[in-house]
Amino acid sequence: MNTADVIVIGGGIHGCSTALHCRLRGLSVVVVEKDHVARHASGVNAGGVRRLNRHPAEIPLAMASAALWQRIEDLVHDDCGYRQTGQIRVAEGEPGLAAIAARRRLVEGLGYSHEQWIGPEELFELVPAISRHCLGALWTADDGHADPTRTTRAFARQAAALGAEFLTPCRAGMPRRAGGGWQVPTDRGTFSGAQVVNCAGAWGGAVAAALGEPVPIEPIAPMMLVTARMAPFVDPVVASFDRMISFKQSPNGSVVIGGGWRSRAEPDANRAHVEFGELHRLIGTTLDLFPVMRGARIVRSWAGIEGAMPDAIPVIGPSMTAPGVIHAFGFSAHGFQLGPIGGAIVADLVESGATSLPIEPFSIARFAGQAWREAS
Amino acid sequence: MNARLEAPVFDLAIVGAGPAGMAAAVEAAARGLAAVVLDEQPAPGGQIWRNIEASGGRASLGGSYAKGAAHAAAFRAAVADYRPGTLVWHVETADHEPARLWLMQGERVGQLRARRVLIAPGATERPVPVPGWTLPGAMTVGALQTLLKGAEVVPSAPVVLAGNGPLLYLTAVQLAACGARIAAVLWTAPPGAWRGAVPHLPGFLASGTWRAGLGLMRDFRALGIRVVRDVAAIEITGDGRAEAVRYRTAGGASGEIATGLVALHEGVIPATNLARAIGCEHLWDEAQAAFRPRLGPWGQTSVEGVLIAGDGGGIAGADAAPLAGRLAVLGAAHALGRLTLPERDGLAAPLRRDLDRILRGRAFIDRLYPPRLARAALPDAVVVCRCEEVTAGAVRGAVASGAQGPNQIKAFLRCGMGPCQGRFCDPTVTRLIAEARGVPEAEVGQFRLRPPVKPVPLTAFAAAGEEVA
Ligand SMILES: Cc1cc2nc3c(=O)[nH]c(=O)nc-3n(C[C@H](O)[C@H](O)[C@H](O)COP(=O)(O)OP(=O)(O)OC[C@H]3O[C@@H](n4cnc5c(N)ncnc54)[C@H](O)[C@@H]3O)c2cc1C
Repeated sequence: MNTADVIVIGGGIHGCSTALHCRLRGLSVVVVEKDHVARHASGVNAGGVRRLNRHPAEIPLAMASAALWQRIEDLVHDDCGYRQTGQIRVAEGEPGLAAIAARRRLVEGLGYSHEQWIGPEELFELVPAISRHCLGALWTADDGHADPTRTTRAFARQAAALGAEFLTPCRAGMPRRAGGGWQVPTDRGTFSGAQVVNCAGAWGGAVAAALGEPVPIEPIAPMMLVTARMAPFVDPVVASFDRMISFKQSPNGSVVIGGGWRSRAEPDANRAHVEFGELHRLIGTTLDLFPVMRGARIVRSWAGIEGAMPDAIPVIGPSMTAPGVIHAFGFSAHGFQLGPIGGAIVADLVESGATSLPIEPFSIARFAGQAWREAS
Repeated sequence: MNARLEAPVFDLAIVGAGPAGMAAAVEAAARGLAAVVLDEQPAPGGQIWRNIEASGGRASLGGSYAKGAAHAAAFRAAVADYRPGTLVWHVETADHEPARLWLMQGERVGQLRARRVLIAPGATERPVPVPGWTLPGAMTVGALQTLLKGAEVVPSAPVVLAGNGPLLYLTAVQLAACGARIAAVLWTAPPGAWRGAVPHLPGFLASGTWRAGLGLMRDFRALGIRVVRDVAAIEITGDGRAEAVRYRTAGGASGEIATGLVALHEGVIPATNLARAIGCEHLWDEAQAAFRPRLGPWGQTSVEGVLIAGDGGGIAGADAAPLAGRLAVLGAAHALGRLTLPERDGLAAPLRRDLDRILRGRAFIDRLYPPRLARAALPDAVVVCRCEEVTAGAVRGAVASGAQGPNQIKAFLRCGMGPCQGRFCDPTVTRLIAEARGVPEAEVGQFRLRPPVKPVPLTAFAAAGEEVA
């Protein structure tokens, strides 16, 4: 029989990062991925490496992850296409300005200073192409963006170079108890390990449910648009407090537009649809914010399958029902930036059962029994 | 208010007004279906009968072209809602709901809904990537033909035609009739191909297509053009543009011909971009060395409500396409409750008989004109993806570092991510992966395509205003 210290279900960025950090601590690892590494959210996301406007509970993790992004090349021997261009979130009207004021109170109250207010003049200097109706923005100078497929593959490659075993394409069945540890049946035989990590993304809920702790996860399909290449005109990633948009120009000149517009996800069929009736509004916002886009042509669109939790933060931490199982799934459309630290947290938990980062808010216990339904 | 619900609903949307789409429109009118015909071209005819109405079926383009005039006239007489100049760039489907078609008309995005969508997209030329194929002056025979039929442009310098297949003969004859000079034909069909074709000869004879075929070959021979036979490899050379073509025959003979214009052709393959963006399942057709959609007897794809007819469903030619188009409409009319089962089958029987007869002849043609340059060993330096300038060597390198299929190649190299959506590189990438992994192309599969099938300006949405939202 095949054995390892840790069996990871899922070859997205969180599974691959977990494999790497476990290997760095000398633990033996098998990653079981039903499709191929980076096939889903981790390979098709917008590549935003963003702390700006994160959920308060995520800020400490995002800070720790940002530190790893700064030295990503040391970690995975690839620069991952990471560019520290800054991220900006503009206010287009009074509601946006009010949102900025509230956000500043919240973030400063927590003792952080990474989100800076910039007035219109500074904004137009940073982003000359942006429409002059914008009133100001929050700005995090050392956020940026990276190439999602390249990043996820780099984590997998480095983990494999250090001895992690990757089984792809290979579906994992549900983990079952065996002696003091766990068995995971797969397309390539049964694997047994002391611990199992659930990094199954949108499919993570199925694993949790099989262990007797169902969660209200929703498979979602955020949509993206890409244009033909254009002459460089914008450096930072731009979002808005007033409307749903995320806007960036890739190093190759194409413009990548998203911002959380959702369509239908069919996780069982590995399918996510694109619905242009929805995207119509995103296109309108794009033209409003960047007049230069009047010359742009859409060449491609896509949607990726992601797991969203009702409170928009992931499940990270030990199972409540199955000792030896650790969850890290449901990153709710912003888990790419957290990839580098996510694996380190899981490796901490595998090694010692604890981590120095504050992960209590992410516990699966928040959904236990009636607790969630009553709270919501 | 939700204007989306108000998009008109048709019984049938026909995408493409070539031989299959035009006949389907005539049949739909006869069955009383509320149909709309959408075609990117400004006039009916598709590829084979492009510009047929305006040209009056010019005699120089031959009898098979002239035949289109009658089809176009019947189409005009029957069709109630025909929208030329309309690109269908995406179709959204959901079970048990009419499909939503996204259109581009002029500078404007539009949409409509239909209970059944019949895609009749025709064929596209098989890419023939040889060293130098991306130089200016190297083009496809089809592109050359389009110039002849549409703009009536006749090349002034001598042309070299390289490849094989009926369309190559036809183009040579048409070019000569229009006054163009042909320096040589580099013919790539192996002489031994006859042996594979002979078992299919009876079917071919029964199909009746041999008459036109023989006539074409007679016309071609009468031109007295220099033909180099059994060509196994070619290379187009030149400094910044095509200046010469070098060739090598299977027997080892080689030569070089000075020319600024080389037209390549090794047959056509189904145009599958729209069907694939919709998510229709495709399978590998070994006889035609191409992927085609998996179709039911009435043209049904794996996606509910989406039908395909004509060469887009598998190459069978302009005589077969109208029959397939009409059969698909009969199937749809029955599914929509407009024909009883016996009515449908009664109307279909003679069509199916004719179609089967033509299809039996096809196997002979497929065996006689197998692609050769398009299947030959590809040097590492040859560019495979023109949009992103990805070479064969880069694709092989990506396979060596773990890419198992076309979609991973796309993620590794951006190959197939350009504005052409993989139209030029798709078959080549699949083949290179299959060769490198030592598995059949059927197992490797194709790029997953994403809408729009052709670029759409952002302003086209703005022009449409709230109508599309
Ligand atoms: C369009 C889009 C844009 C986004 N933009 C951003 C952004 O800009 N910034 C940001 O930070 N985040 C972004 N995100 C979110 C981010 O991509 C995800 O949060 C993150 O990639 C999640 O990683 P993961 O490893 O948990 O999940 P995934 O990448 O989904 O990996 C889970 C893997 O588990 C596998 N699996 C599931 N079940 C099994 C089983 N039984 N056996 C074997 N394997 C199994 C799946 O095949 C899958 O590969 C975006 C997401 C999308 C879809």
